[in-house]
Amino acid sequence: MQKLVEIKNITAGYNGLIALDHVNLTINSDDFIGVIGPNGGGKTTLLKVILGLVKPLKGRIVYNLSEGENRINIGYLPQQFSADKKFPISVEQVVLSGLLKRANIIRGHSVREKDKVTEVITKMGIAGLRSKPFSELSGGETQRALLARAIISSPKLLLLDEPNTYVDQVFESELFNILEELNHKMAIVAVSHDAGMISSYVKTIACVNKKLHYHPSNEINNEILKAYNCPIDLITHGTVPHRVLKDHK
Amino acid sequence: MAELFYNEFFRNALLAAVLAGISCGIIGTYIVSRRIVFMSGGITHASFGGIGIGYFLGINPVLGAAIFAVISALGVEYFTKKAEIRNDSVIAMLWAFGMATGIIFIYITPGYAPNLMSFLFGNILTVSLPDILFMVILTCIIVIVFVLFARIILFMSFDEEFARIKNIPVQFFNYLLISLVALTVVINIKVVGIILVLALLTIPQNIANTLTMSYQRIILYSVLFGFIGLIAGLMGAFYLDIPSGASIVFTLVIMLIIVKVFKRVVKS
Repeated sequence: MQKLVEIKNITAGYNGLIALDHVNLTINSDDFIGVIGPNGGGKTTLLKVILGLVKPLKGRIVYNLSEGENRINIGYLPQQFSADKKFPISVEQVVLSGLLKRANIIRGHSVREKDKVTEVITKMGIAGLRSKPFSELSGGETQRALLARAIISSPKLLLLDEPNTYVDQVFESELFNILEELNHKMAIVAVSHDAGMISSYVKTIACVNKKLHYHPSNEINNEILKAYNCPIDLITHGTVPHRVLKDHK
Repeated sequence: MAELFYNEFFRNALLAAVLAGISCGIIGTYIVSRRIVFMSGGITHASFGGIGIGYFLGINPVLGAAIFAVISALGVEYFTKKAEIRNDSVIAMLWAFGMATGIIFIYITPGYAPNLMSFLFGNILTVSLPDILFMVILTCIIVIVFVLFARIILFMSFDEEFARIKNIPVQFFNYLLISLVALTVVINIKVVGIILVLALLTIPQNIANTLTMSYQRIILYSVLFGFIGLIAGLMGAFYLDIPSGASIVFTLVIMLIIVKVFKRVVKS
């Protein structure tokens, strides 16, 4: 186990509004952290700070790089694909874009890269959709393709923003099985508004509501949430509301 | 028909059609897929300000247009990201401001009053050899940039935020590409005019996009359809004695309708 990212006393926000207030968090190489909290509580901002997309107003963030690295490799699955869904691009090209690097700006795609695509899309169960236009994918297929894009470069850290949006119940559990397997190789930080659902898969929980409270276990209940000033409803949909309080051992 | 090819104006027009087809085919695919058609329209009309100032100062109006268009393009790119003004409002203001500037300067230029219509609607038969030379240079630059940076352009057009995360110099490419958009517009003003140049940047792409969802193929088909539209439109203008710019746009729209209907028939 090794420290990957240390968030030290970070304050961040947009347009004069503070979204994160003196937040601390250490992400280790084998972590699987579920980030929960109310809407507008700063969950997405936290991910964007880690990604370097939002510059913090105060505090600093330390990336522990291994030798020969000049930048930490982070995989990212954005919340609700905000880009143009009708963009003329194939599934293969979307996944390949995950291998984009500043250093290989000019080069074309190598055979090795194409093999890598085969590997990840097979893992995601979308091997048959390889040459299909991205715009023709269903919601669940879109998430799978974007997750394939996020992991194709074998990042050390995978950030997921609401990974189970648009995903049906069958793929939801499949998705978390995939994530559990990926967790052997990379740290995962997953944001979800659905605290109950996510708590049964993650190892630890971070409650974000401007402040961040780290909870070193995946068991969570309303009392804990109250103590952390994290006002969210612990309601799971479907037939398994009890899994919120499931015993971890 | 054959004697047309011995006509110097016609030969230049033919060359211009090839170059316009290539430059607009590539740049049009970029702006259509990235949904910056309105921004490109703003830059196009802003360039009219440069034409007016060019006349007033006695320099080549096309050069004036090029400078004005590139500055507007960089300005729009900058302000839509930084300032707290709405993106589309910035573009609309620039659009109108450029036109107003052009009209004022042309009006106060003493003596010779250039034909405004030729800038607004173009005439492919007036394209001169120096114009062609400009077009050749710019078309070469565009082809080189889009071949060399093919995957960066595709990936950052698709998802700019993701490209940023991958540490790609997204802002540099945004400025580079919007400048190429501005220059493409300017070199094609003589061909179809300020008002109609957007047609060359969007209609071939929409015809192509009806037939394929591949970015590369949209570029290839757009070049082809643009060229066909330009030549057919030019012929139509010649034989029916109508203005060439309008004739070209009209032809392109007819092609679009035919392809859309054709696709619907094939599907059913």
